[in-house]
Amino acid sequence: MIDSALRRIGRVGLFLVRVLSNIPAIFEQPRAVVHQIYNSGGRSLIIIMLCGLFVGMVLGLQGYDLLQRFGSEDALGIAAALGLLKELGPVVTALLFAGRAGTALTSEIGLMRATDQLTAMEMMAVDPVRQVVLPRFVGGIIALPLLVAIFNIVGLFGAQLIGVQLMGVDAGAFWSQTQQAVELDDVAEGIVKSLAFGLVCSLVAVYEGYHAEPTAAGVGLATTRTVVVSSVLTLLVDYMLTAAFLGA
Amino acid sequence: MSDAVVTLHGVSYGVGSRRIFSDLSLSARRGEITAIMGPSGTGKTTLLRLITGQVAAQSGEIRVFGEDVRAMDREALYALRKRMGMLFQNGALLSDLSVFENVAFPVRAHARLPESVLRALVLTKLHAVGLRGASALMPTELSGGMARRVALARAIVMDPELLIYDEPFVGLDPISMGVVVRLIRQINETLGLTSIVVSHDVDEVSSIAHQSYLLAGGKVVAGGSPETLRHSEEPGVRQFMRGEADGPVPFHYPADNYQDELLGSSPFGRT
Repeated sequence: MIDSALRRIGRVGLFLVRVLSNIPAIFEQPRAVVHQIYNSGGRSLIIIMLCGLFVGMVLGLQGYDLLQRFGSEDALGIAAALGLLKELGPVVTALLFAGRAGTALTSEIGLMRATDQLTAMEMMAVDPVRQVVLPRFVGGIIALPLLVAIFNIVGLFGAQLIGVQLMGVDAGAFWSQTQQAVELDDVAEGIVKSLAFGLVCSLVAVYEGYHAEPTAAGVGLATTRTVVVSSVLTLLVDYMLTAAFLGA
Repeated sequence: MSDAVVTLHGVSYGVGSRRIFSDLSLSARRGEITAIMGPSGTGKTTLLRLITGQVAAQSGEIRVFGEDVRAMDREALYALRKRMGMLFQNGALLSDLSVFENVAFPVRAHARLPESVLRALVLTKLHAVGLRGASALMPTELSGGMARRVALARAIVMDPELLIYDEPFVGLDPISMGVVVRLIRQINETLGLTSIVVSHDVDEVSSIAHQSYLLAGGKVVAGGSPETLRHSEEPGVRQFMRGEADGPVPFHYPADNYQDELLGSSPFGRT
């Protein structure tokens, strides 16, 4: 089992090297990248905003309940902002991204494999990794941090909606304390995490699609694997990055 | 033999413990249509994958345009494939591109032509297959026969020297089949191509082929003109060419004794 896991990691690594070696070609197809940012990002926008709002509202409720026990409900803005920026924003967005955009990428590429479209490209002397995989991979990496930013903004709005509008926390205190407490390092941590999750989720999605068994069952299995592997890796990478940031 | 565009000599290939070809030899001559026939599961499509370098033979020699396919790296293979066109069994059109863009795809990938020249080139090829009027349609709007013809236009848009057809007649109605048969012959004659057609539609492929090979058991069991194969008295060749249900290729998949299997589990039969 360890042997097969190591082989798999090796294959994914080689695939990543193959994708990255084609990176200069991205400047030849900027429209394809923009199209994929729209596909992965634009089409995930509603679900991201909706979930961001609910997560922010839950943060508002739980945060208020906890902080009012110590008479510090004015710090709700800080708690919500830091929670969203450093953890919930990148992680929840990545999990949603894996479920919405990752599965779409895997099934699209897998179906192209099953219907010989990738082989046809090879036969036309066009590298499918360059033509199909690269724009989707790069598009995903760019789309995820943008989605995280939107998730955070909507989430903070949700926390404010509950804390300020419903529970009566002072609006001035909510925003001024948030502004004072949140530092550039906190924002940077969120950006680094979202870039890392974007890379992980996009890589898993395109890898699974490209190597899917060319059958209906094979594409289905690859799609399932994308969600499972992306989710587990996102949480694993999150732990490693959090530990690294706290250690630094 | 020096006129051969594709030559296979002593080729062996297998997947795992399953041997698909052993000591396979054949050739396709310049300017001719070569038919490769055989029952389902004999590895006809695999043979095309070997010729085009999609899979590597374990032993033997495969030469296309005189170059050794087995020794090629990805770059050399791509250079070789620019001289070939391939028509896939299902057309393999890119599903997110229109008919026009599908045909333009290889040209856009390999040449920088002014849009007006590209448009003229694509429309010429689409006109040749009778689908100029369908250039704005998406692949999902095409019938099986139309998709095959668009794929044919795409295969010839770069003016290849070698055109490979993988089961071009499968699933087509008689009219579409007639159209595709005529197109293969016409394209081969007018463009002076070398064509390899893999098919098990004996009558259609025999009507256009200059030479035919019959594959069975991982080897070439017969080769020559379609007429030679048609009049062959060798039992395996005769069974295939005449479509007989039983013969050297058995109707029944190998199984245990029928009576034993039926009665074996019955409370009234033997145990």
